[in-house]
Amino acid sequence: MKLGNSSKLGLLLLMAPLLIWLFALILLPHVDMFFLSIREKVAPRVYQTSMANYMEFFNEPLYWNTFARTAVMSILTTAITLLIAFPISYYIAKMLKGRMKAFLFVLCLLPFWVSELVRTFGWMILLRETGIVSSTLQWMGVVDGPIEFLYTDATILVGLVYSSMLFMVVPLVSTLESLDDSYIEAGYDLGGNGFTVLREVVIPHAMPGIVSGCIVVFMLSLGNYLTPVLLGGKDSLWFTEQIYAQFITRFNWEQGAAFGFLLLILSSLIVWAGLKLSRQTLSETMG
Amino acid sequence: MANGADVSEFDLECSNLTKRFGGFTAVNNISFNIPNGSFFSILGPSGCGKTTLLRMLAGFLEPDEGDIRIKNRSMLGVPPNKRPVNMVFQHLALFPMMTVAENIAYGLKRQGVPKAEIAVKVQSALDRINLPDAGPKRVDQLSGGQKQRIAIARCLVLDPDVLLLDEPLGALDLKLREHMKVELKQLQSQFGTTFVYITHDQSEALVMSDQVAVMNNGVFEQVGDPQDLYYNPKTAFVAGFVGDTNRWKGVVKATSGSEVQVATDDGLTLTATGIGQGCKTGDAVDIFVRPESVALSRSADALSGMENRLAGQVKNVLFNGANSRILVQDPTNGGEIMVTLPQTGEFNDLRAGQDLHLGWKLSQAKCFAQEAGKASGAEVA
Repeated sequence: MKLGNSSKLGLLLLMAPLLIWLFALILLPHVDMFFLSIREKVAPRVYQTSMANYMEFFNEPLYWNTFARTAVMSILTTAITLLIAFPISYYIAKMLKGRMKAFLFVLCLLPFWVSELVRTFGWMILLRETGIVSSTLQWMGVVDGPIEFLYTDATILVGLVYSSMLFMVVPLVSTLESLDDSYIEAGYDLGGNGFTVLREVVIPHAMPGIVSGCIVVFMLSLGNYLTPVLLGGKDSLWFTEQIYAQFITRFNWEQGAAFGFLLLILSSLIVWAGLKLSRQTLSETMG
Repeated sequence: MANGADVSEFDLECSNLTKRFGGFTAVNNISFNIPNGSFFSILGPSGCGKTTLLRMLAGFLEPDEGDIRIKNRSMLGVPPNKRPVNMVFQHLALFPMMTVAENIAYGLKRQGVPKAEIAVKVQSALDRINLPDAGPKRVDQLSGGQKQRIAIARCLVLDPDVLLLDEPLGALDLKLREHMKVELKQLQSQFGTTFVYITHDQSEALVMSDQVAVMNNGVFEQVGDPQDLYYNPKTAFVAGFVGDTNRWKGVVKATSGSEVQVATDDGLTLTATGIGQGCKTGDAVDIFVRPESVALSRSADALSGMENRLAGQVKNVLFNGANSRILVQDPTNGGEIMVTLPQTGEFNDLRAGQDLHLGWKLSQAKCFAQEAGKASGAEVA
């Protein structure tokens, strides 16, 4: 399609707020961050261009171990979220009709009315040594003394899965809703059982929703700061904590910027690998 | 194929099938048998229960009462994936995430057929529907008619005892639909599989079927071959629903044998053949006369052999080639009648406003008692 001059201008004006936003809030800080990340402090107020900040990440095992751990935990979170969200989404999209459907959907949405901080504190109230779960178990006589459920990897996973659930359910429900019942019926009619219909018909159809949900959940978990810090405590070793520490605690902005870029590059690589593995393209998934 | 004593001459036998949804009876005590290898249509207006009936045959619904027997084996409690029937869905439900070949292979894979054999069977199915090169194509690359054939091939490759078709031609445009009617019939005789076809389109049912059941309000009004339904309707609904027809409401004035004298509400006196019970003197009745069974003439004498004669004025000529019709109005009472224009050339110069004589034989006018509160086909259609 060829646009006339006036419609080109119209398009430009329409896009202007988005372009300004992208430029000012995304592009500009990243360019600045990039220049920050490639300079090295050689003396007070004396800097030179070098890759030392990046090399630091690979030379110091703590950093890349933390990154690997964050990535693995995020992948695990994504997988668990998918496993829990898929049946829920299927139930909402295919089994329910009318008001029940809207009701359950809102029920999934409801926790997001309050801030992440409050929700995470909710988990702490439940899981801490003097918390509800611990005291209930003691009252029931299952355990003798108080139990600390907080500050373990499992707790971090629970918190992350909980806070990512909605971002998996929404794309799944919308792709599953677009699956006509007759495909499922045809799947059974031609001799398939529940498992084969799921594998051959439902999942291939829901693939774009699965992949986009997974990308969003993975990115959110990887970039999450609050949940790992509050539920995981000092030993949570989340990569965003390292970035925070460089920027705020150690006031080493150069190192923090390099870590930020590494997080961006490595997470993009993981998403790209995931797309390749599931044979999806980004345009298919987001379109 | 089974052999021995348990071979039935019927592929599908249904007895006293009933299905209720809450207080609503969708299918009401229907019994029928479908002979091996025949094309059986269920024709009815939307909401008559035909889809419910089909879904019970496929196994997606369980009947509340009655039995479904396929090749003499009861299907009660047998899930859809274990029944020897397959269904062509209204919108075909070809899997969009698979190629054409994968679609056809889907059912064979589920049966555990070896891979090499699947490939052979898929190719031979594609050959039989004249789409030998369609295998690697994606479903959305096919035309409407091709999708139709693939959907049928996907079922027939499984060699089902009965193939169910749920108005599969509904989504096609008129020309393709006409073409597919012939093609479906050919496919059916080529494969020799029993087809159960549901439709609301009487022309589809009449053209393709060996037997047609006309369904209304959850019951079969009449089961018969297409000619029988068209020429000898047993109920007012069938007379009104199958084919086009003129219809008058009236009251019976006199009867002799099956011959009924009726005074219509718009003031005509007609003689008709009474069908069924209830055409007694004083009864409210409907009279049906098909547009093509009315003879036209410019002089009254030529029609003297007909029991019913009318004189009227041409109100409108609805020219449509071979299906041209005229609307004739009786000037005394304003009653109108639709008549098919004979294509013998004699009436080609007919124009609105001209006078004309009409006549039809006693046997061409069917008289049915009106049933209180029951919708008749002519209104539904």
